[in-house]
Amino acid sequence: MTKKSSTASADDTPRSQAKLSDIPANGVVSTTTDLLSSQVEIAFDVPALPAETLAEMYRQALLIRQVEEFLLKAAEEGKIGGAMHTAIGHEANAVGAAAALNPDDYLTCTYRGHHHGLAHGMDVGRAIAEVLGRADGFAGGKGGSMHFVAPEHGMMGSNGIVGAQVPHAAGLALASQIRDEGRVAITFFGDGAIFQGVMHETFNMASKWKLPVIFYCENNRYSEMTPTWRTSSVGEFYQFARAYGMESVQIDGNDAEVVHAAVTQAAERARAGEGPTFIEGITYRLAGHMAGDLETYRSAEEIEEQRSHDPVLVLRNRLLERGSSEEEIAKIDAAVEKSVAEAIAFAEASPWPDPAMAYTDVYRT
Amino acid sequence: MRKTTYIQVINEALGEEMRRDENVFVMGEDVGRYGGLFRVTRNLFDEFGPKRVIDTPISEQGFFGMALGAASVGMRPILELMYMDFSLVAADQIFNQIAKYHYMTGGLVNIPLVIRGQQGAGKRYGSQHSQSVDSLYAHFPGIKVVAPATPYDAKGLLKSAIRDDNPVVFLEHKMLYFTRGEAPPADEEYTIPIGKADVKREGSDLTIATFSYCVLQALEAAEELSEKHGIEVEVVDLRSVEPLDIDTVLASVAKTGHLLAVHESYANSGIGAEIVAQAYEIAPHLLKSPARRLGMAPVSIPVSKPLEEEILPWKGQMVATVLEMMG
Repeated sequence: MTKKSSTASADDTPRSQAKLSDIPANGVVSTTTDLLSSQVEIAFDVPALPAETLAEMYRQALLIRQVEEFLLKAAEEGKIGGAMHTAIGHEANAVGAAAALNPDDYLTCTYRGHHHGLAHGMDVGRAIAEVLGRADGFAGGKGGSMHFVAPEHGMMGSNGIVGAQVPHAAGLALASQIRDEGRVAITFFGDGAIFQGVMHETFNMASKWKLPVIFYCENNRYSEMTPTWRTSSVGEFYQFARAYGMESVQIDGNDAEVVHAAVTQAAERARAGEGPTFIEGITYRLAGHMAGDLETYRSAEEIEEQRSHDPVLVLRNRLLERGSSEEEIAKIDAAVEKSVAEAIAFAEASPWPDPAMAYTDVYRT
Repeated sequence: MRKTTYIQVINEALGEEMRRDENVFVMGEDVGRYGGLFRVTRNLFDEFGPKRVIDTPISEQGFFGMALGAASVGMRPILELMYMDFSLVAADQIFNQIAKYHYMTGGLVNIPLVIRGQQGAGKRYGSQHSQSVDSLYAHFPGIKVVAPATPYDAKGLLKSAIRDDNPVVFLEHKMLYFTRGEAPPADEEYTIPIGKADVKREGSDLTIATFSYCVLQALEAAEELSEKHGIEVEVVDLRSVEPLDIDTVLASVAKTGHLLAVHESYANSGIGAEIVAQAYEIAPHLLKSPARRLGMAPVSIPVSKPLEEEILPWKGQMVATVLEMMG
């Protein structure tokens, strides 16, 4: 490869960035300390999860997939206004993390956050109703797709501004630390959020104050419609953590069992007062950035190649490897299909909100 | 009652509220060991320690966002800014996040926090350390904007702000910090409800509706107008601009028939324009002459003394405007 001189804009050479196919079978690439010694060394084991946990993660991943496919189709058909960012292909990051955390732990995430809300126990029918702008939506239709929230599940909000939710999680961790509650906060953001200044402000404070927070980067390699390498001076994002004195690890974000192991370890460190961990989950967005994305920035072949790493498929194969039968899986499939159909029916039957509700909730009275 | 300073009562209100409610904590630059640039948070670190009086790095976006997160689960952060100008560094967290969170979540999550610090001109700090942000914040739904003029009001309103379940921007003024006024003894409990104006001087001829340091300037202007021109000005101290107590303003105009709204933020698209517009919309019949507004000229604030004094909507400009109106 010839090294090109001249300006950044003329630099059209893709730089190295981890791909799922590069990640070893155990799902873990390296850690901060490995970088320092430039030796790849496995920082933690990925224990085999009990069959019930795997089955539940599969059920959730499939449910998320089916809800997202419905929402994407509805948006493309013009039945839903606004932007529709689905997490098709990102499911393992959500279900693996949710299974590793306690019910009273906190979560914030990006506008691509349906999967996190659903994995953390949001009611499916009310979630779909919210996206449709109906009265039975959890926020009465005021928040919609980009503002999922369920405080009763510790889900404190997805956010429409890239990176803005990251300090919110650090603040939740600060509250937990001040109150000595032992609660952990996790925040999910994309590789596109890495270069927001607020991220680095937050990394610094969280690490300095040893806040019980987990920074989870869902790296799908595209900052909206631009490959991230085109705008990044850094190859691997988990390296940022080193500058802030944080532990970090890059993992296969499409393998829920690996995600579970990484988040479990990070949560243990956080609860032990050892501060934040940065996890970079390598993943892939199988659908567009949003409904209507022309996807001119990637090839059909690239997407096809990634389908072999589909996180729902990975979980399904894992179940079969561990001795589940096709019949058992078919039962889960049927139950998911039924519950999603019921949730959609509930949401579509929900009435529009009373226009007078536009004026409520500006202030808490 | 005792005579005390504006800074002293702010310090007392913070300490008393932190003693009353363990969810209250303070974050900001130099607020801990140093006690704040203007010494407003002095002694708090010694009493409450580093967990509740947090020295932050100079990262306004980051710690404002963290305050939202903590407030979303019932903590009550108080964010100090050395100069309110710096709040604009955290504009996304304030306008897109803190102000909107309750609404976007359909009321599921509320953000009880206070953003406080000093603003205003008069000490030749120049364009990035002298501007008044009240009109800017009042433009956005979801944030209350409080700007008291006296030590008595400052203490009672800060306590209400800290106890409020909504985000409150609490605007002090650098010219007010060392002013003195009457207040009950420290630890004597009182609060003042947010959203109630207070008539600071009664008068029969013209109403000046204002807030913050301009109240003191308006009172001086009123004395001069009374002594030299026989014009009796009523000074309505709004005390907060969101909520805006337009009823008290209009009750005064019902008596005087003339209205001048004054503030140190920019006159254009400012809170004075809002007050005048509301007067015409709600009660045009009360106005015997065109209602006017007076605010900062639409220029960045210069450093040099004569240049800064030229544009300040203080006593001199108030007297001149009132004389024009009462022609």
